[in-house]
This record gives sequence, structure tokens and C-alpha cells, in this order.
Amino acid sequence: MSDYIIKTENLKKSFNGEFVVKGIDLKIPQGGCFGLLGPNGAGKTTTLRMLLGRSPLTDGTMEVLGLEMPKHARRVRHDVGVVPQSDNLDPDFTVVENLEVYASFFNIRGDVIKKRIKELLKFVELNEKAGTRINQLSGGMKRRLSIARAMVNEPRLLVLDEPTTGLDPQVRHLIWARLRELKNSGTTLLLTTHFMEEAERLCDDIVIMDYGAILSQGHPKQLIGKHVEPEVVEIHGELETLPKSLIRTALDRVEIVGETIYYFTDDPGKIIEQVENRPNIHYLHRPANLEDVFLRLTGRELREI
Amino acid sequence: MIDWRLPRMRYGMILVWRRNLLVWRKLLIPSLLLNFGEPFLYLLGLGFGLGRFVGELDGLPYLTFLATGLIASSSMNTATFEGLFSVYTRMVPQQTYEGMLATPLEVDDIVAGEMLWCATKGLFSSSAILLVAFLLGAISHWQAALCIPIFFLTGLCFAGPAIAVASFSRSYDFFNYYVTLVLTPMFIFCGVFYPVTTLPEFAQSLVQLLPLSHAIALVRPLASGQELSQVLIHLSVLLSFALIGFYCAVALVRRRLIQ
Repeated sequence: MSDYIIKTENLKKSFNGEFVVKGIDLKIPQGGCFGLLGPNGAGKTTTLRMLLGRSPLTDGTMEVLGLEMPKHARRVRHDVGVVPQSDNLDPDFTVVENLEVYASFFNIRGDVIKKRIKELLKFVELNEKAGTRINQLSGGMKRRLSIARAMVNEPRLLVLDEPTTGLDPQVRHLIWARLRELKNSGTTLLLTTHFMEEAERLCDDIVIMDYGAILSQGHPKQLIGKHVEPEVVEIHGELETLPKSLIRTALDRVEIVGETIYYFTDDPGKIIEQVENRPNIHYLHRPANLEDVFLRLTGRELREI
Repeated sequence: MIDWRLPRMRYGMILVWRRNLLVWRKLLIPSLLLNFGEPFLYLLGLGFGLGRFVGELDGLPYLTFLATGLIASSSMNTATFEGLFSVYTRMVPQQTYEGMLATPLEVDDIVAGEMLWCATKGLFSSSAILLVAFLLGAISHWQAALCIPIFFLTGLCFAGPAIAVASFSRSYDFFNYYVTLVLTPMFIFCGVFYPVTTLPEFAQSLVQLLPLSHAIALVRPLASGQELSQVLIHLSVLLSFALIGFYCAVALVRRRLIQ
């Protein structure tokens, strides 16, 4: 048994000769929350599919929970929970029936299921909806039910594919709180998200992927320190009224996107004193964040996939 | 690339079958209405109405002849529609299999479970017509009860091809090809409404290749109290379709879901 919950070496996947995963080495330790970030088409979903035995490897090796994949896919899935990107709850069943039927696929005994379902519904705050049909649940409730469903087998590894996309802030914060609880109780979380704030809040370790390769890996703070200057000043408004020297003399990195100028700098005061008190110029001074790293590494062009 | 490894039969198929049974139980009333109402109208309208002009066919009153044909074809229709529409719904819009494949279930379990379920529904609907026919006096022999396992086998025989078709469909409309080109011709030409022997000879031998003819060749004599012949041939045709259909369906659904 290796100490890693997921370990890949030179993992590759091609479709019709085109490689979407180009030889990645991942090492995900037990415990904690691991984030897999990347724009559309980066190879995240394909990697997750290989992890669950839903996609044969083209080359390389992959071990999950110490077991070789995809050979031991059934045993691995027995101990893994999955929260899919789009909910696939059973619309014909009630909340409780969804959990019962799903638990039956893991061959969990009936009396054990009943007790576990009670706990899970409490955990995701759906105990009052036990008998409700799925189509009468809101999007947030469905997502919480999907999380509960992914936990019926008490997984050692919980895979979450964009768990809070499209949810309102209340639900999102509830889900974050619950995921943190899970993490603290020893479950390993593997998260993909387009939402950098989410990754920054939850993840202890992050891999940023693009075009099937790993661009960088580390703790969110580490990544920010490594790839961008610590502070950002965003300026927008009537940019032509700014002195030309401001743009030209800046020592730090400057990016112009549409009508906004981004200064990435160690010394924001110098820039702020030039732009404050100008009537038609607005600025925002903030610390650099993971989104800056993400855009720096993967570029700003749109991904239409 | 298609994964042609032999399918494995595991307990998981029972779990998939059970899931479908639980859903069906919730929709019981409309299902029963369909199962009993439609054949009742058919037998009443065609059996009695047309029967007055036809008299007897192959030594059976027309009502009995028609009822036994409809009984056999009902397993075919029900299993086919379940295998096409319901399987597609669970595979594509509802993503039920996506959820199942995140558990220890595999494609083999899902397809085997779906085939068992299609056959179960076929059995339900044929049995319902059998009961209606019995109540209308079209069938009075005790040995009609022996048909019930044949209903299940007939369902299995048509479930595999239907699931295979569903596995490469891009939309529900695609099923029109299968229904119009495969299912309806069998319904019309395999002896539901008139004896196969009335067809031209070349057509008769063609029709012998189609599984519905063999299902009818078993169900009609069993239900009406006539003597059975060539039982082994009929059974092996149905069984072969079921097994080959299962194998192809598993391989094709793997291609769709495991990429």
C-alpha cells in the first residue's frame, strides 16, 4: 500500500489519436482537500473518469486507494463517493428513496442504511424533506442531496465535480462548512471547480492543469507567492485621462484587459497616489488571489468547448 | 474501439432490476390501465367484430386465434419499448447510469438488470392480456399458465436488440427506424392476425427467421389447448436471440458509457 490515496505516473489519455491528458504525475496524500483546477478542456473531467474506472488509460499507471486502476475499479468505487457535476438523482423517487436505492447498490444492509440515512439528512439539513419528490426540491437542495448520496457508503475519498456551480451564497457557504467538517473527520476530498474562491478556501493542495498537462502544484498561498506579485491595483474609467507615464513607468507587471488595467505590484502605494482623487478614474486595491494565478498560468483567452 | 469481453453476471443485476421495480410500483395505476385497457379494447373490437366475418382459423375461433397472437406479441412490444425509450431515458437525459457507475455496479450489471426488467414487464403485460382473454372466454385451458415462462423468455429475446439500438441513438426519433422497419413488420407478418401459412412460400421461410413467429408457435397452442410441435427449435431460437442480444447490448453500452 502506498501512502497516497491517488498516485499516477505518466498518465495519458487520447481520443482518436488526440491526447487530452499528456502524461501527468499526481500524488494526492490521504486526508485534506485536493483541488484540480483548469479551464474547460484542461483534462480534469477525463482524469476524474479514469479515476473511477469510467475510462481506460491510454498509457501510464494509476493507483487509487492503493489499488491499480482500472483493474480494481469496483473495489475502488466501493470506497469512493462521487458528487457529479450535474445532479443525476432519480426523479421518480423521494429524497429517502433516492438514498435507500443508491445505498442498495453498495450492498449495504437495510437496518444500517436506515440509521445512516437519518444522519446524512441531518448533516445536509434535509431531514424535513425526507418524503419529498426530487422535482419539488430547489437546486441547492438537490446538490445537498447529491452530497448526502455520495456519502452513503462512508467513502474514504469524496470526489466533487464543481459542487457549488449555480448555487446561491447561502447554500454555497453551507456546503463549504460541511465539506470542511468532512475533511476534519478524515475524509479525503478531491475537488474540481472553476470557482477560485472555493478552491482557496477549501483546498490544502492544488494542481492547475491546462491542455492535459500540470502547470503548477502547491498550497494556494504558495502558488500566489510563486506566480504573482502580492498586491493588485485594478483601474478603470476614462483611462485616456491618466498620465502616460503611469502606464509606461510602472516597474511591475501590467495587464490591460478591455477597459481595465491590472497592476501586479509589490508597492501599490506608488500607483494609488497617482490615480486617487481623479474624478473619472476608479480603482480597486486588493491582495493577489488564486484567480490571478489561474489567469496568469492559463491565459485570458476564452475556451469555447 | 468496442470492448467485446464476455459479460459477467453478478448480483448487481438484481439491484438494477429492483430499482426499476420500485419505480414501476409508484406508477402502478397508469401501467395497469395500459396493460389491461388496451388488450381489452383490441379483443372486444377486433376479436368480436372481425371474428364474426372470419369464423375459424387453424381450428380456433378467431377471438382465440387473435388473443393468443396478441398475448405473444405483447411481450415483444413491451420489452422493446422499455428497452428503447426507458433505457435511453435512464442513459441520456436522466443520467441514471452515470450515478450507478459511481457505485460498484458495472455496465454488465446494468444491461443484465435492464434485460431482466424488460422481460418482467413483458411478462406482466402478456399475463394481463391472458387474463382478459380468459375473462372474455377466449381461453379456457389450464395449460395456458405454462405460457408465463415463455412471456419472460420472449421479453428477454427482444430486450437485448432494443437496448443495443438505444445505446447508439442520439435521440428518441431514431427509434422510429427500428419500430417501423423491425418491430411493426414482425407484428404484421409473424402470425398475430392470420396464420403464417397464408403467406407466399418464400415469405414463410423468411418469417421463420424472426423470433416472434417462434414465440407465437409456443404461446398459441399452449394457451388454446392445441398440441405443441418443435418445442426445442422454438425455445432455442428465442434463447439464442436473448443471449446474442445480451452480448451485443453489453458491448455497445460499454462503448457509449466507458470511454
